[in-house]
Amino acid sequence: MSSDLDVFVGNTTLIDEEVYRLWLDGHSVAEAVARRLRGGVLEREGTSVAVLQSDTRDHYRTFQMLERLLHAPPRLLQQLLFQIPPERQALLVQRYYAFDEALARELLGKKLSKGTKKELDEVSARTGVGIRSCRRQFDNFKRVFKAVEELRGPLAENIQQLFLLPPALARDYAAIVFSGIWGLWERFWGFLGCPDPPFSSRDYAAIVFFANSRFETGKRRLQFLSFGDFAACAQSMMAHWSQGALAPEAADPDGDLPKSFLQDLKELKVLVSDKDLLDQHKSLVCSALRGKISVYNELEANFKALSRALVNVGGKLTHARDVRDFFVDLVEKVIEPCRSDKWSPGDLRLFLTHYTAAPRNLPGFRHQALWERYMAAISACLLRMYHD
Amino acid sequence: MPGKLKVKIVAGRHLPVMDRASDLTDAFVEVKFGNTTFKTDVYPKSLNPQWNSEWFKFEVDDEELQDEPLQITVLDHDTYSANDAIGKVYIDIDPLLYSEAATVISGWFPIYDTIHGIRGEINVVVKVDLFNDLNRFRQSSCGVKFFCTTSIPKCYRAVVIHGFVEELVVNEDPEYQWIDRIRTPRASNEARQRLISLMSGELQRKIGLKVLEMRGNAVVGYLQCFDLEGESGLVVRAIGTACTLDKLSNTSAFLPACNSPSKEMKEIPFNEDPNPNTYSSGPSTPLKNQTYSFSPSKSYSRQSSSSDTDLSLTPKTAPSPQGPRIFLFPSSPTLSCDSPHVKKSCLLLSGSSVKPLHCSHVSPVVLRKSVSFTEELLLAASGMGSGSAGKEGGPFKTLLRQQTQSALEQREFPFFTLTTFPPGFLLHVGGVVSARSVKLLDRIHNPAFVGIMGNTRSYKLLDWNSFNSDEPETRDAWWAEIRQEIKSHAKALGCHAVVGYSESTSICEEVCILSASGTAAVLNPRFLQDGTMEGCLEQRLSWQPGFFSIGSEKGEVDFFPQSQDSSSLLGIEEASPPGCGFCHIPYDELNMPFPAHLTYCYNCRKQKVPDVLFTTIDLPVEAIVVGKGCLIQARLCRLKKKAQAEANATSISNLLPFMEYEVHTQLMNKLKLRGMNALFGLRIQITVGENMLMGLASATGVYLAALPTPGGIQIAGKTPNDGTYEQHISHMQKKINDTIAKNKELYEINPPELPEEIIGSPIPEPRQRSRLLRSQSESSDEVTELDLSHGKKDAFVLEIDDTDAMEDVHSLLTDVPPPSGFYSCNTEIMPGINNWTPEIQMFTAVRVSRLSNINPTNQTLNKNFNDLCENLLKSLYFKLRSMVPCCLCHVNFTVALPEDELVQIAVTAVAITYDKNQALQANKAPTEKSQQRASTDNEEQLQFPLELSSDPLSSQPFSPAKEALEGASSHTGIPAAQRATSLEKASPLAEGYLRHRSVPSGTNSTVSVVKMTPLSFLPGAKITKYLGIINMFFIRETTSLREEGGVSGFLHAFIAEVFAMVRAHVAALGGNAVVSYIMKQCVFMENPNKNQAQCLINVSGDAVIFVRESELEALPVPAPTAQPAGSAGDVTT
Repeated sequence: MSSDLDVFVGNTTLIDEEVYRLWLDGHSVAEAVARRLRGGVLEREGTSVAVLQSDTRDHYRTFQMLERLLHAPPRLLQQLLFQIPPERQALLVQRYYAFDEALARELLGKKLSKGTKKELDEVSARTGVGIRSCRRQFDNFKRVFKAVEELRGPLAENIQQLFLLPPALARDYAAIVFSGIWGLWERFWGFLGCPDPPFSSRDYAAIVFFANSRFETGKRRLQFLSFGDFAACAQSMMAHWSQGALAPEAADPDGDLPKSFLQDLKELKVLVSDKDLLDQHKSLVCSALRGKISVYNELEANFKALSRALVNVGGKLTHARDVRDFFVDLVEKVIEPCRSDKWSPGDLRLFLTHYTAAPRNLPGFRHQALWERYMAAISACLLRMYHD
Repeated sequence: MPGKLKVKIVAGRHLPVMDRASDLTDAFVEVKFGNTTFKTDVYPKSLNPQWNSEWFKFEVDDEELQDEPLQITVLDHDTYSANDAIGKVYIDIDPLLYSEAATVISGWFPIYDTIHGIRGEINVVVKVDLFNDLNRFRQSSCGVKFFCTTSIPKCYRAVVIHGFVEELVVNEDPEYQWIDRIRTPRASNEARQRLISLMSGELQRKIGLKVLEMRGNAVVGYLQCFDLEGESGLVVRAIGTACTLDKLSNTSAFLPACNSPSKEMKEIPFNEDPNPNTYSSGPSTPLKNQTYSFSPSKSYSRQSSSSDTDLSLTPKTAPSPQGPRIFLFPSSPTLSCDSPHVKKSCLLLSGSSVKPLHCSHVSPVVLRKSVSFTEELLLAASGMGSGSAGKEGGPFKTLLRQQTQSALEQREFPFFTLTTFPPGFLLHVGGVVSARSVKLLDRIHNPAFVGIMGNTRSYKLLDWNSFNSDEPETRDAWWAEIRQEIKSHAKALGCHAVVGYSESTSICEEVCILSASGTAAVLNPRFLQDGTMEGCLEQRLSWQPGFFSIGSEKGEVDFFPQSQDSSSLLGIEEASPPGCGFCHIPYDELNMPFPAHLTYCYNCRKQKVPDVLFTTIDLPVEAIVVGKGCLIQARLCRLKKKAQAEANATSISNLLPFMEYEVHTQLMNKLKLRGMNALFGLRIQITVGENMLMGLASATGVYLAALPTPGGIQIAGKTPNDGTYEQHISHMQKKINDTIAKNKELYEINPPELPEEIIGSPIPEPRQRSRLLRSQSESSDEVTELDLSHGKKDAFVLEIDDTDAMEDVHSLLTDVPPPSGFYSCNTEIMPGINNWTPEIQMFTAVRVSRLSNINPTNQTLNKNFNDLCENLLKSLYFKLRSMVPCCLCHVNFTVALPEDELVQIAVTAVAITYDKNQALQANKAPTEKSQQRASTDNEEQLQFPLELSSDPLSSQPFSPAKEALEGASSHTGIPAAQRATSLEKASPLAEGYLRHRSVPSGTNSTVSVVKMTPLSFLPGAKITKYLGIINMFFIRETTSLREEGGVSGFLHAFIAEVFAMVRAHVAALGGNAVVSYIMKQCVFMENPNKNQAQCLINVSGDAVIFVRESELEALPVPAPTAQPAGSAGDVTT
């Protein structure tokens, strides 16, 4: 006696979080049932496999019907078909748009194109994320990207409104979108400039960020960096560099990063181009650090190279083409030398603190505020990235 | 009373893309009512059009308003080709025609297409202006309220319960018209939806007319059904109970309770402020006590007076001292007005009881008459303005009525579709009566047709191929026949009425089984006649259940009513323990219509009771129950040869008695297996298929304290000398005994041991066993067995061979009890659980299974069917596990046999959570004497009307706390505490809803939550307004079944859509819940080869506005909140 048709419909739509997760992970009904069995639900509830199958199928059908609405979360709130309590709706959306960091890391800086989608098989194999889940997440990125691409206004807020994501998640999406198009790069600053939000929307912002700006993130020497590292870097950059960070109320409503800031960064070159300044800077930092760090000799020897690298990274940010090398430069010219000299993270921190503070005492250096604003983000990035 | 219907189309949203090129839609809307159509402008290139149309005005007569649905069609404008339909919305404007229901329909409606399902939403505003017109020959019945609820709706008061109303309307099914061959499926479906909508409107109007004729103003327990008879047509039929209801206004609810409204007043429907000059209108009240004394005499009169004298000589044992406790009202501030009230009702009672009036007319005959309607009567009373059945009143009318009543006696059916009654209404319950008949369908020729023809408006809609108005009124006659049979069955049981009455059909090809069933009962006549019931109703307001049932016992009636003064009368009534009166046999012991085993009532020891009681009604609130109840099902399959026409009908008729018998035996055995002695809400469904018949009986078993402890089940071996067989038998016996013991524990059935010495009356011999499987003979089982049969003529002989017997025993033991934390029942309330929390989940589950046996036998089919039901239940328990502890209430199974080997089961029920802690506390409570408990009950119940003073007449949604109420008498200020606790206990979900609602509709909350429940109430909430009946019919069809996720995907989406449309309509009426929701039909057909499927669903319910008790009390009353949560009463708030 086989059941041809078997449905259960509640006036309030039943959402089983466990099954939802299995569905999001891209498991088939049979796989999901197997996993639920392993979870010991039979023993707990004293039911039968048939019941479990029927239940899983019901939930899967519900999710499939919901998926259409999840593509445009505001519709989920307005639709009349499923009666779902608001907190459950929020959960559905958040879980649907949550992503695996390993996958996001792989996708950072890549074009969200069909070609990339075809490569998802490999990505799936590398990251251990199910292929169906990979495709769904990829589609999520793409959907978010398409939706906000042409919108004015702060990226993360747009994402938040269009997809009803928690601010943190929206930010991560923004980061991804951001890494794709230079045009959004500036707007992204504005977006990231808002006060520290909870985790997940930040992640999306980061993704949008990277998708837009096409930071080079895939190089071998950057492999050691996780998605979290990049997201954190993007956020500290946005936090410190965007106009909003300085004066939120004065910020351009579109949140555009003032061109002037990027232009002004060129002024900082004086620190390395002016030999006197460079020497004075070095002596100030060295005297402050003498005896305080274990790698003093190495510091003394490398100071000029380090300083040049740190200053020049900023100078290149005005050009989209150079922006992509931002992380490569930091790793190649700062992190790797320090690592080979066996700097401890504490050493780096001390160095960066004094390196940032020292120009205050440099006669004739007029860009103190700009410098500190710039270095705050750079320091944060470096400290975040300085690991194995 | 013509009216003006005004419609405004505001906006649309989420429309589908109709123009692939632009990914947009050029939408416009057609608004059609009757034959008038308006159009909005085209709103170009948008999926969210803002039409903001003018008010479209339709000037129509009220007849049309009642019949026609408003039809809104959304289309995509296409310059070069025909406009594409996006979808439609049908709006039943009936709720706008009541004087005090909804005033406007406004909101977002899903745009529905029968092929594509829901496609976006449309915002519509509808209003109706009615003009008064006192045309006495009008055909409309605007203003008559309809309720699906099978009890007196909360916030209303029943002034008179008039009785049975029925009507049917017949038409050809558009699906089977010749034109269907050339039109699209969509057009065909829409024609069908439209026709059924029209027919239900017409049906409702006609029923309304009958109600007005009976001078009622409402139909309660309205049940409308469709019979899709295929080639032979489409029948829409409805039954209901006509009532005169009085709206209880929130503020004055308690006060009017003290006054019995004058006769004239009560005829004004929905009177909110009853006239305080009260029982002075004497002539109307007096009948009640007379009728008392006469109604029992009916059975006596037929024979020796021995029983009569026996009864009257029965010594009145000392009244239990707990009686007076009723007067101990909790000293909460809300109760301040008690005492005057008490006095008044006492006066009222005594006043009426001393007046012997209208003696000559008082007889059971009159009783029966009074509950039915008469057309002639109506002529006299017709021509009233809307909603009012006439105000002239007066003696002339009374006289007229009496005359007409006696003249029409033969045509009357003393039936009531109600399942819950005002306390005191139900005096005695005889047992289940049912009747079935097998008919061959022929092309419909029906008188209703003439009615339609006379109605020029609808004429055009109905596409008749042929008609012949000379043909007999087939369907009417069929039903009349069955009702007559039911009536005579009831008579045989010594009952003058049938309550919990329902009708159903099962159709397969050209064979149709018509079934009717109900519970034979003796009713309190005071409720049935104008003017005679105020006193009783008033009292009810203050006394609540249990009170009147006592007073209605025969013995007392014989002794006391006329002569006693009020206090002694009250005293006597108190004396008799409440909650057992309805169990007492209505028939004469010495002339029983069937052999039955009677004992003295275990509660009062005065009257005889049967040892098992089957009923189709809900458990009366006053009933004393031990432990908890449980869902009991009997399931049965019978193979039948495929045959044509008459041969087929004959073979079915031959099978039916055996099925009934077996179903009944199964029920009885399962009942005993659970250690219980009564069934409530019994519903036996017999479904006919091509090659088999299926029987499914569902009921809720309980242990009634008044009935004797059921005996166990004994297995007797046939060949006693066979050792191994013997062993096997004893093994089975042991298993059965174990199961009984386990069930008793599970359902907490610990009947109080009555100290027999104390009670002087004869102690009935405890029946130790009911013989099962072997023989019957004297067994009391037959009380109901016979009821179930076609009258007395069919005598069943139980002959089961050994294998069958074994099968039966096995099947008995395969019923798995629900997992811990779950209870289930098919009645409104779960006996023994009373601490509900507000979280509810209504659901519908549908399963279609293929019986794949090549050579099916009855046994394998039975097993398959049994497994199917059990698995379905299991799956429900699993689905709802997050709600534990909870109870599945109103579990309603429907079986259909759509094709040869397919069985379809649809279940609709509601899961309600309850508070386990309190339940535990109840467990801990030592069993106390039932008498004490009963009185505590009374006391507890007393708080009820006082607390919920606005709906004192409503039947109590919750069985009063029984075991949980230890020491409740010392509780004071309970209501406040209850509110506090219920507030705290609001489930997270409910809180979510609350929050949700309180948030001004911002970006994240635009859809208001609408609760749905098959029950007539919402736990933890108070219904403040009934907005009208929801009766919707949808067809969904697909030609891309696989693409839509197969049959399951298709049906899942469709059911969700139906829910969504119901919710949208309720929300548009301003409501936030549907109560008494029922899915009356779910017809699913598929053709996988063609990748096609079609489904029809018909649902109904009452749209209401409810308010959470916790919200109602915005500020907690400053009262001792230290009250332990143990007061079970808080559920009741």
